Amino acid sequence: MKVHLTRQAAICWGLVLATILLGWFGRDLAKALDARWLVKVPPSWDIPFNTYISAAMAWLMEEAAVGPVSFTDATRSIAWLIEQPYELALNLLAHGFLFDPGPEPQVLLPAASWIAVTAAVIALGHYCRSWGLAALVGACFAYLAVFGQWDSAMVTLASVLIAVPIGAGGGLLAGIWAYRHPLGERILSPVLDLMQTIPIFAYLVPILFMFGFGPVSALVATIIYATPPMIRITIMALKAVDPEILDFGRMAGTTRRQLMWRVLVPSASQSLMIGVNQVIMLTLNMVIIASMIGAGGLGFDVLAALRRLDIGAGFEAGIAIVVLAIAVDRLSQAFAERIGQAHHTKPGSWAARNKRTVLVLCLLTVTWVLGRFSPLLLDYPQSQTITTGAFWNDTVKYLNVNYFDAFEAVKIFFLQWFLLPIKKTLLGIPWPWTIAMLTLLGWRAGGWKLAALCGAMSALIAVSGLWAKAMVTVYLCGASVILATLIGVPLGVLAALNRRAGIAINLLIDTLQTLPSFVYLIPVVMLFRVGDFTAMIAIVLYALAPAVRYAAHGVRSVSGELIEAGLVSGCTKWQLLRLVRLPMALPEILLGINQTIMLALSMLVITALVGTRDLGQEVYIALTKADTGRGLVAGLAIAFIAIIADRLVNAGARGARIRFGLES
Amino acid sequence: MRQNLSILGAAALTAALSVSSARSAESADPIKLTLHDWSGQLINTKIMGSILQEAGYNVEYVQADYIAQFAGLKTGDLHLAMEIWETTGREALDEATASGKVVNAGETGLMAIEEWWYPAYMKDRCPGLPDWQALKDCADEFATAETSPYGRYVGGPVTWGGFDEERVEALELEFEVVHAGTDAALFAELESAYQRQDPIVLWVYVPHWAPSKYDGEFVEFPAYSPECYSDPSVGVNPDMAYDCGKPRGPIWKAAWAGLPEKWPGAYDVIQAYSITNEEMSAMVGKADLEGVEVDAVVSDWMAANKDRWSGWISN
Repeated sequence: MKVHLTRQAAICWGLVLATILLGWFGRDLAKALDARWLVKVPPSWDIPFNTYISAAMAWLMEEAAVGPVSFTDATRSIAWLIEQPYELALNLLAHGFLFDPGPEPQVLLPAASWIAVTAAVIALGHYCRSWGLAALVGACFAYLAVFGQWDSAMVTLASVLIAVPIGAGGGLLAGIWAYRHPLGERILSPVLDLMQTIPIFAYLVPILFMFGFGPVSALVATIIYATPPMIRITIMALKAVDPEILDFGRMAGTTRRQLMWRVLVPSASQSLMIGVNQVIMLTLNMVIIASMIGAGGLGFDVLAALRRLDIGAGFEAGIAIVVLAIAVDRLSQAFAERIGQAHHTKPGSWAARNKRTVLVLCLLTVTWVLGRFSPLLLDYPQSQTITTGAFWNDTVKYLNVNYFDAFEAVKIFFLQWFLLPIKKTLLGIPWPWTIAMLTLLGWRAGGWKLAALCGAMSALIAVSGLWAKAMVTVYLCGASVILATLIGVPLGVLAALNRRAGIAINLLIDTLQTLPSFVYLIPVVMLFRVGDFTAMIAIVLYALAPAVRYAAHGVRSVSGELIEAGLVSGCTKWQLLRLVRLPMALPEILLGINQTIMLALSMLVITALVGTRDLGQEVYIALTKADTGRGLVAGLAIAFIAIIADRLVNAGARGARIRFGLES
Repeated sequence: MRQNLSILGAAALTAALSVSSARSAESADPIKLTLHDWSGQLINTKIMGSILQEAGYNVEYVQADYIAQFAGLKTGDLHLAMEIWETTGREALDEATASGKVVNAGETGLMAIEEWWYPAYMKDRCPGLPDWQALKDCADEFATAETSPYGRYVGGPVTWGGFDEERVEALELEFEVVHAGTDAALFAELESAYQRQDPIVLWVYVPHWAPSKYDGEFVEFPAYSPECYSDPSVGVNPDMAYDCGKPRGPIWKAAWAGLPEKWPGAYDVIQAYSITNEEMSAMVGKADLEGVEVDAVVSDWMAANKDRWSGWISN
C-alpha cells in the first residue's frame, strides 16, 4: 500500500514537473519539431460558433413564436410586469407622480420627502431590532442627504427594492425545488454556473432586444447576476438541517408543505440570510453596469465622474452605494430575525398597535402639504451639502507624486517573480497536453464523467479559436485567486475567532464587495499604469469577499463538542486551530475558494476596461461591436473555465471530507 | 430615466404652437434621445432636446450605452443618438444603416480629431516636437521600466482601432503601443504623468476637456490621405501603408428609421441642427472643469443662440 502511494505521488510530481518544463520550453520544442500547431491551434480547425449563435439569436428575435404570440411579445410583457412596481417605487422615491400630457408636466404629488424617508427607515430599524439599528440606518440615509447623493440614491434604491425580492424569493423557490428533486439540482447546477460566470456584457445586447431599452433590462440583467448564490445557499442550507429536526417534524405529522415552510426553512434561516445578503451585495454591485443601459442613479454618477477624472466625486458616489448597501442589508437581516421570533399581539386599535406606521404616514402627509410652501421639506437644500471630493483628489495626487517610485518597484517585483513566470508557463504549454492533463485530473478527482467533462470543455475552447486568450484568462484569474486565498482565508479565520476583529473585517468585506470596482480602478491605474498588475489588484480586491466569508462561517460552525474534545485532550490554541478547526472547516473554505474563482472570472470584463488581453477583452470588444455571437462564445469560454474549476474544486472538497471522515 | 426639463416655461409651449400648426398633427409620443456618460454628449443631446421641446415636441432622455444603443435604435425603443463619432462608431453605424432600421441624420458640425498628443513640458526633453521626426531621436525619453529601451505610447482601447502598431512600424518609431481599456483609464494615465511631470505620449481626441485642462500639443504626422492607408507606395515609407497621421472626421447624428415618418417636422429640425467645435469645447470646459451643471450650460446656450435655433425650427 505504502509503496503504491509513493509511486502514485512520484507519477503525480513527475507530471507536474513535465507540465512546467513544457510550459517553459514548449515554444522552442514546437519550433524545433516544426510543429507550430502544438502551441497555436490552427485557424482552419476553428468552428464558427459565433455565426451560428448570431443566426439563432436573429431567428429568436424575429421569427420565433408560439401560435400568435411571438417570443418578443412574451418578453416584452414580462418587461411590462416588472416595470409597473418599479415605476411606482421610482415615482414615490425619486421623481414624484407626474401628469404629463404635454411638454410641461404637472406634478400631481412630489416624491416622498427626504425627511419622511429617513424617518421611515429609522422607524423600520426600531421595529426590527432596536434604537441602535435605527440610529445606524438613520445615519446612513442622513449621509446620503448631506453629501448631496439623495436623488441618485433614491433611483438606485428603487431598483434594489424591486430586484432583491425577485432575486431572493425566486432563488429560494428554485433552491427548494432543487432540494426536493435531485434531478433539479443536476439541471440547475450548470445553469447557475453559466448565470454566474458568463459576463453580463456578453448577454447585454440580447437582453436589450428582448426587454427593450431602459431600466427594466438593467433590472433583468441584475437579477440574472444576483440570484445564483441564493439558490446555491438555499440548497446547501436545507441539506445541512439536522436530520433529527427533520424526523421530529415528520413525527409531528406535518404535511410536505408544512415540513418545508414551518420546519426546514426556519431552521435554515440563518444560512439563508447569507444568501439574501449576497443578493443585496451583488445587486448593488451591478449598479454601475446597469447604469450603462439605462438604470441611472448612483452608478451613473460614478461613471460620469470618472469619465471626467473627478476621483473624489466618483468615490463619494461609490461610498453612497456602500452606505445604501449597509442600510438595506442590516435592515433585511434584522427583519428576518424579527419574523423568526414569536409575536404577541397587543390589544388596542390598529393605530395604537402601529404607532410607528402612523407617525411616518403623518410625517409624509405633513411634508407633502407643507412642501408646497417650503421646498426645504421636500428636497435637502443644495447649499447645505458637503463634499470631501477635493480631499480624495489630493490624496491620490500626493501618493502619486511622492510614492510612485515605491509603487513601481512593488509592481515590477510582482510582475517579475509572480505574474510573468505563470503567464509564460501557461502560454507555453502545448494545448493538447493541457487538455490531456485536465482530463487526467478530472479522472483522478471524480471518475470518468468528470474526465469527459473537462476534456470536452477544454477541447471546445480550443476549437473556438480562443485558446491563447483563454490561457491569459486562466493566468490572470489563477494568480489573483492564489493571492485572494492567501489573504482571505487567514482574515476569515481571524474574524471567526475574534469578535472585534470580526466586526471590522466584516465591514471591510462589505465595503469592498459593494464599492464599485470602477471607483478604485482609476486611482489604481494612476498609481500603477494600465496593465496586468492593475487588473490583478482589482480582481483580488473584488474576489476576496467569499474567501473570507466562507472561511469564517466554516470555522464558526465547527461543532462545540469537537472543540471541547480538543481542549480536553490538551490542545494548545494553535493546535486546536490547526488540527481541529481548519480541517473541519476545509469543505467550507474550498466552497469559498470556488466562489472566489467565480467572482474573479466575473471581474474579467471590468478589468478589460484597463487593457488586459484576455477573454474579458474579447467580450468587451464584442459588446462595442454589438456582436451577439462573438460575445456569447467568449462568455461561454469563460463559463467553461469556471465550470472546470468548479467541478475540480468540488471533487477535491468531497475527497477532503471523506479523508476527514465527514462523509463516506 | 425620465427627465423633465422644466427650464422652459409655458411661454415655450405657446411659442411652439404658433411656430407651426402642422406640428400638432404629428405624434405626441415622446421622442427618445440617448444620453451617454461624457459631458459633451450630454450637452449636445440636451440642446437638441430643448430645441425640439421649443418646437412643440415631447422629449424623453434615456440613458444608454454608446454602442449598445444601436439595438434600441433598430427596434424603435430609442429614436435619436446625437454623437456617433466617425472614428469610433462608424462600423456600428454602417451596420445599423445597412439593416434599414436606422438612418444617418447628417453631421452635427463637430469634427473629431484624434492623434498622438504630449504635454508641453516634453518639448524641453525632446526639442524637435511637434514634428514626428523628433520622436525617432528621443524615443528613450518616453521609455518606462517595462518598455525600455522603447518608448511607451498609450493608445486607446483596442476597439477604437487607429492602426497605431502599423504606424509605429511604418514610420520606424522605436515605440511600444500599450492599450488602455477605456477612455477613463487613458486619461488617468495622463493625469498621473502630468502630476509628476513625467514623460508621456498618448492618444487624445477633441472635442474633449483634456486639451483645455492640460497644456500640450498634437504630434504632427504626415497628413492623412485614404491612399496612405491603402497603398504602401504612397507616403514616407515606400514599402508600407499607414505611414501618416490619423483621419479626422465628422460626428454624426443617427436616428430610428421610423422617426422621419412619425415626426417629419422634428426630423427637419434634427437635420438642420449644427454646432461648432469651439462652442462645444467651451461648454465642455465649463461643465467638466468649472463644475457648472450641464442643464445650466444648456440653457445658457439656448438663451444666447435664440436666432440660430429659431431658424432651424421655422425652415
